[in-house]
This record gives sequence, C-alpha cells and structure tokens, in this order.
Amino acid sequence: MEWASWSDFWNMGGYGLYIWGSYGVTVAGVLIEVILLKRASAETRRSLKRMQQWEEQ
Amino acid sequence: MNLYTYASPANFYRLAGKLIPWFAWGAGILTVWGLYISFFMAPTDFQQGEAYRIIFIHVPAAWMSMFIYMVMAFWGAIGLAFNTRLSFMMARALAPTGAMFTFVALWTGALWGKPMWGAWWVWDARLTSELILLFLYIGIIALWAAIDDIRRGDRAGSLLTLIGAINVPIIYFSVKWWNTLHQGSTINLMKAPSMAKIMLLGMLVLAIAAWFYTIAVALVRVRRVILERERQTEWVKAILEKEN
Amino acid sequence: MHRFVLAVLRRDLTLATRRRGDWLIAQFFFVMVASLFPLGVGPEPAMLARIGPGVLWVAATLASLLSLSRLFADDHRDGSLEHMVLSPEPTVLLVLGKSLAHWLIYGIPLLLVAPVLGIQFNLSWEAIWVLELSLLLGTPILSLLGGVGAALTLGLRGGGVLLTLLILPLYVPALIFGAGAVDGVMAGTGAEAHLSLLGAFFVLSLMIAPWIASAALRVSLE
Repeated sequence: MEWASWSDFWNMGGYGLYIWGSYGVTVAGVLIEVILLKRASAETRRSLKRMQQWEEQ
Repeated sequence: MNLYTYASPANFYRLAGKLIPWFAWGAGILTVWGLYISFFMAPTDFQQGEAYRIIFIHVPAAWMSMFIYMVMAFWGAIGLAFNTRLSFMMARALAPTGAMFTFVALWTGALWGKPMWGAWWVWDARLTSELILLFLYIGIIALWAAIDDIRRGDRAGSLLTLIGAINVPIIYFSVKWWNTLHQGSTINLMKAPSMAKIMLLGMLVLAIAAWFYTIAVALVRVRRVILERERQTEWVKAILEKEN
Repeated sequence: MHRFVLAVLRRDLTLATRRRGDWLIAQFFFVMVASLFPLGVGPEPAMLARIGPGVLWVAATLASLLSLSRLFADDHRDGSLEHMVLSPEPTVLLVLGKSLAHWLIYGIPLLLVAPVLGIQFNLSWEAIWVLELSLLLGTPILSLLGGVGAALTLGLRGGGVLLTLLILPLYVPALIFGAGAVDGVMAGTGAEAHLSLLGAFFVLSLMIAPWIASAALRVSLE
C-alpha cells in the first residue's frame, strides 16, 4: 500500500490536480455518453410506440 | 444455426440484447480491478513520481481511439464491398465512443505533459495525429448528421472513414519527420522509461475494460438504430407490443 | 479515354471563362488572408520570413476550399452531372477531369500570385522558387482530395462548411511537406526530401482520391 492516509491519497504526491483532473474528465465523458445514450434509446422507443399506436387507431 | 443468421437485424437485435449485460458488467468489474491496480498496487515511479498514474487511462484511451477508428474502417469496407446493412450500423454506432476516447486521450495527455515536460501541449507526432484523428471523427459524425438518407449516409460516411484511415498513418509519419527536423533534441517522447510489470498489467486491464465498455455501448446504439430502421417490420412491432 | 477527360476539362474551362468573377475571388481571398498576418503579428522582416512559408501554404489550402463546393454542385443543379455519371464513360475520368479543371482555374493563378506575396513576406529568391515548386506539386493534391469532399457533400444543407470540416484534416501532409520544403531551403537543409515526399503524396492522391470521389459521387446521386 502506497498511501498513509486519505489526504495523502488525494494529494498524489503533489500531482493530485493533474491525476484527478484526468480521471474526473474520463469519468465525466463516460457518464455523459451513457446518459445521452439512455435518453436517446428511451426517446426512440417512445416515439416508435407512439407511431404504432397512431397507426392502430 | 450458422453465423449468417446473426447478420439479419432481427436476430442480431436479440443477440445484442443478451450480450450487452455481460459486456457492461465485465467493463465495470475490470474497471474496478484496473483502478485498484493503478492506485493501490502499482508503486510510485522513481522518475515521474505519482503523476505517471495518468497513463493508466491515457494509454488505453489512446489505443481505443485508434482501434475504434480501424474497426469503423473495417466495418465500412465490409459494408461497401458486400452491401451488408448491419456493418454500416456498427460503423455508425462506434463513432461517438471513438471520438470520446480521442478527446480523453488528448485531455489526459495534456495533464500528463504539464508536470512531465512542463508544457500542456507539444506538437509531437502522437499528439498531433491524435488531434487530427479527433477532427476526422468529428467530420464523419457531422457528415452522418447532415445526410438524412440512410443509404447515402452509410456509404458516404464509410468512404470518408476509409480515406481517413489511409491518411492517419501518413500524418503520423509526416509530423514525426517534421518534428525531428524542427526540434530534434528538445524532448524525446518515444523513449518511455522501462515499465514495471504491475504497471503494464494495470494498463492492460483498463484497456480490456475500455474494450468491453465500447462493445456494450456500441451494441446499445446498434439496437437503437435497428429499431429505427426496421420500424415497419412485424418483429419490431411485436417487440414494442410486448414491452407495453 | 483521354478524350473524355479533355471534353470534361474543356467544358469546365469554358464555363469558368463565362464566370470570371469566381476564380478571381479565390485569388483575392488568398492575397487577403496572407496580408492579414503581417497586420496581426507585426511587420518585423525576419519574423515574416520565418512564418511566411507556413502562412502562404495555409492561405493556399483555404483558398482551394472556396471553389470546391461548386465543383459538382452547378452541374448537379442543372442535371448534367447525372447524365455524365450515367454515360458509359467511367466516372473516375469525370472526376479526374473535374479535379484537373479545378486545379487549372485555382492552382495556376495561385502560382502566379504567390511570388508577389513571397516578396511581401521577405522571402529570398531561392525560397520563392522552392515555394513555387512546392505549390506546383501540392495544389493538385488539394484539388484531388477536395474532389472527394465535394462529392461527399453534394447537395447537402450547409455543404460548404461541412466540406471544410471534412477536407482540411486530409490536407495536413501536403501542408507539412509543402511549407517544410520552403523552410528547409531557408534553414539550409535543402528542399529535396520534402519535395520528394510531396511528390509521393501527390502520386498516392492521384491513384486513390479519384476512385473514392467517383464512388462518393455515385452514392450521392442515387
């Protein structure tokens, strides 16, 4: 184990800003992609269903 | 049941639905494992201190950005040659993830470069070709967005992907060569310090996690595209009915 | 076979002489972009000579884009493009003739204007001579690759801007080798290596770009 304490862990030997900046943006990129995709998929299903119901009437 | 069965959108839709959870969970577990290796098992680098821990995401992201582009070019070529609808859908489904990884690679490269070389950005061959790769991704996505006609969009985007695939290596070598002429001795990025096995393992695990993530996301996207394109067919109607 | 290329060429050149304003605009644009740089970075002669090759090359690539969106669009609008594509002659030759016409209309005048700008940027005669050589080899690449972009974006909303986005990344090697040749001769390392690579890139573009452009054209017309 490299880290004596939590503050030691977040500090990353003085490089905390660079490391957490990198990991943070990566996590943000993945999250944004997943959320956008979920929303788009739900929207597609909703509009397709609406079209289907409209056709049935 | 042979392999060709899955080339039909209806069967592929079902197969993808079964595969997605496996890849998504795989990606999650591998990410946790990879992060554990990179923060708690890998030792402090004696040259770079803790800052080197950025490479655990930088290198996999950079690999993914290039692999995904190659896979897109492959599917595009298959689609153009054999006129298979599914291959074009795969190419389209991969592009946004590829662009995302390219951006992450550039961003983490800058944040790694600053403490290591004292500069956020250097015009070295790898960074520059990565930037051009991002431009290519954006161009391809923009072209797809601009063309409403599905058939035309599929083919036009794939042609652009292909000509880009020929161009990226040329750009890489031209910038590399241009660099040796301009600033030959300043920084040599190619000479990576020898890496401990545990560091390599962390990078590999996260790279496989990125692969799993890409596959899961691409399959979700393909399923969405299939639903949209096949909305007139009976099987799509049946699926939507069942969900109601 | 070459008669078809010549016919396409003659047709495009005739159309261009009727619309003289079009190809003058590209040259004026080239001059203006290049002239903005000294205003932006200051008039110091040594610095201008240092950035001159790159600036002139970037301006040349931007100027090529102006007329590219029109490469197929005019013929598309009046329906003649469809006839030419459906004719028994190979579409590759059509694209080749069109690209060649674009180069003659945009590239040749550019070669005549460039030395004047080279003098403004305080380039030596030797450097201007190499600049001319690099543009002579490089501008056809821009016309060939531009043909791919023009074919892909044919008839799209905002096609001109999209064309720029698609094609500029592909221009990068031409820009590096072209500007690098002039830099090389100014730095005393010689221009031969850059010029040979530029020539190789030209040959590669000539072999690949017309095929992709003709495939794109057929896709766009379907």
